[in-house]
Amino acid sequence: MNWFRNKDTLYGFLVILPSLILLGIFVYGFIFQTFYTSLTDWGRDPAQALSANPQIRFIGFENYRELFTGFVDARFRQDLVNTFFFTVFFILGCLGVGLGLAIVLDRSPKGEGFFRTIFLFPMSLSFIVTGTIWRWMLQPQGGVNQLPTLVGLPKGEFAWLTSREQIWQVSWNDLPFITALVVSVVLVFIAIAAFRGGERRRGYIATGSAALLLLWAFTLGRTLQPLPFDELHGFNLAFIGIILAAVWQMSGYTMALYLAGLRGIPEELREAARVDGASEWQLYQRIIFPLLAPITLSAMIILGHISLKIFDLIFAMAGADNAPTDVPALLMYLTTFRANQIAKGAAIGMILLLLVAAVIVPYLYSQLKSEVRR
Amino acid sequence: MRKFFLALVAAALGSLALAQSGKLEIFSWWAGDEGPALQALIDLYKKRYPNVEVINATVTGGSGVNARAVLKTRMLGGDPPDSFQVHAGQELIGTWVVADRMEDLTPLFQQEGWMNRFPKGLIDLLSYKGKIYSVPVNIHRSNVMWYVPAKLREWGVQPPKTWAEFLTVCQTLKSKGLEAPLALGENWTQQHLWESVALGVLGANDYTNLWNGKLRFNDPKVVAVWNTFGRVLDCANKDASGLSWQQAVDRVLEGQAAFNIMGDWAAGYMTTTKGLKPGEGFGWAPAPGTAGVFMMLSDSFGLPKGVKNRTNVLNWLRLVGSKEGQDAFNPLKGSIAARTDSDPSKYNAYLQSAMRDWRNNRIVGSLVHGAVAPESFMSQFGTVMEIYLSGRNAQAASNAAQAIATQVRLGQ
Repeated sequence: MNWFRNKDTLYGFLVILPSLILLGIFVYGFIFQTFYTSLTDWGRDPAQALSANPQIRFIGFENYRELFTGFVDARFRQDLVNTFFFTVFFILGCLGVGLGLAIVLDRSPKGEGFFRTIFLFPMSLSFIVTGTIWRWMLQPQGGVNQLPTLVGLPKGEFAWLTSREQIWQVSWNDLPFITALVVSVVLVFIAIAAFRGGERRRGYIATGSAALLLLWAFTLGRTLQPLPFDELHGFNLAFIGIILAAVWQMSGYTMALYLAGLRGIPEELREAARVDGASEWQLYQRIIFPLLAPITLSAMIILGHISLKIFDLIFAMAGADNAPTDVPALLMYLTTFRANQIAKGAAIGMILLLLVAAVIVPYLYSQLKSEVRR
Repeated sequence: MRKFFLALVAAALGSLALAQSGKLEIFSWWAGDEGPALQALIDLYKKRYPNVEVINATVTGGSGVNARAVLKTRMLGGDPPDSFQVHAGQELIGTWVVADRMEDLTPLFQQEGWMNRFPKGLIDLLSYKGKIYSVPVNIHRSNVMWYVPAKLREWGVQPPKTWAEFLTVCQTLKSKGLEAPLALGENWTQQHLWESVALGVLGANDYTNLWNGKLRFNDPKVVAVWNTFGRVLDCANKDASGLSWQQAVDRVLEGQAAFNIMGDWAAGYMTTTKGLKPGEGFGWAPAPGTAGVFMMLSDSFGLPKGVKNRTNVLNWLRLVGSKEGQDAFNPLKGSIAARTDSDPSKYNAYLQSAMRDWRNNRIVGSLVHGAVAPESFMSQFGTVMEIYLSGRNAQAASNAAQAIATQVRLGQ
């Protein structure tokens, strides 16, 4: 065993062994069990759902197929769309507000420490508390809607959290087509970057794949229709309230990250740029923002996985049953613990896991790679 | 000699109910306003069996939303509570009885002479394949329309008798400047409205057939229910999902709306919290088209298989079903006794009228409150509602409801 070249490695291994075993059982074992459950029909027959020794049959990917194309699972598909829009606006909001605050604070205004604490404070609350506070403020009859009356204007009419209006509607049947378009745009960008970096082979491969994908999208992709009927999904305006609360809570965190990044940029760099005649805007555009890019990436990863698995904030703000503000995590709870559809709930859980993994794994991979390089 | 004496004493005590000892765990979601009613029952139990330690395992959360999830983990984990609160009917039967987790209580009903004390319609709702599975402690009525008599006189309208009449009254009120004549609250209260519309449009027979599988959800009659429901919704406030049921009742009391369809816990809210007098401060009528029909829901207790303190639980169930127990519990809870021989003088004016109807009316069960459909159907009915609300397509909603009914084997 050349693993244990000396005693120290052996001791080291023995010390982490218990946690390896526990992780193996309670994380990976249970993930596997959930995955297996999602391939069964547990819960379809109410007589078996909660019996002491349920008879469970293996049905393959039937639950997944139903979730994406089944007639009664429209709610799940809307939830996926909700999650998409929520993630985009939540991340953009947090990054924008956080960066803005950090730039202001970086100029060392009076009472900087005080403001830093104020801005960071929401992060110390739990989402349940944030949700409860914002629920009061976003009552249709009160709170924010009453603000205009303070200056003599008529009160607001916006139905925070309860609106049923949708914008940017897209049919679920167009999804394969749109996905192909998005992926080919990404591939084109990769190709351009590769050509610029002089990696011609990579560039050709990326261009070729993009072309193939586009060809497929405009020919066969149009005929691939998951549903026999058109089903429109879009951005629920009711989510605006949730996004506001979530950005309020987490932008302090991005501010702290950016502030640390800004403080880490040596003064000499800025001075050198100023001496070279750079305007303040050019200084930010050319020097500071590029240096902040790694921080943006880390913030996006952290915020991204928070938004994908968000549950408590929405539960507290709008309740589990309010469909316009539903997300997959809430639906998983309802499906498993209210409707007793245990296998289908497990399937939703697995899809969530895959989504979060799609965000986290590339990040971990790049981190590991850079550590090895060091 | 001494041993013999001790054994004799033990035997003597054993023959008395007083000698019951051990524990009894009561699992419920009665906290807050409903806590004192449960406490009254527990106090009675302690008086009868002072040696039994009663554990009040309450999980808070209205209508049992949290309690049911906790109950499931406990049952699946092999640690059932001695007796748990559950909405009487399919919520118990479709979830736990079909899973073979509950004991048959028919012998208890016969021993205690309850077969004639509870209305037959109720016993039918509690039964599965001819056996009875839970003891109902109270009755609430679901199909009640609430209003303020003085306001209606002011507007010059009468409480409508049918849904068609309701829609006319709605137009009249709208023309008098009332934006939303019907006050509506969050998600489940919308489904609550749906069941009253369904009962009013279908009538008691077809409504019952819906749940025993004789009438399919995609039948034109049920599609008509959804269409009426849509027109009734047009009379309601647009910010419904942001309001609790209490806030919806408040709108009626404040004159912003004329009517609200809610269960009769609303009467408890208006008399106790708002201090109004039944008949003067607020008035009531059966939901349109449902006169002579009592849509009921009921809290009940059952006996899970494999509990540790079976005798104690049976004693508890005897108390829950007794006249004494029900008359101690219900006036505090704001509901009426499930038994038909309870003492009306303990109840207020609204509850007395409900008691009269309970004894004379045709009885059907509520959907949202667990009487006629199993949990798996109730929970997914929310999705059907969403399909309807987002597209206002009655046929699509009916098809979805039928698909779910087939999947959960409703009525089989």
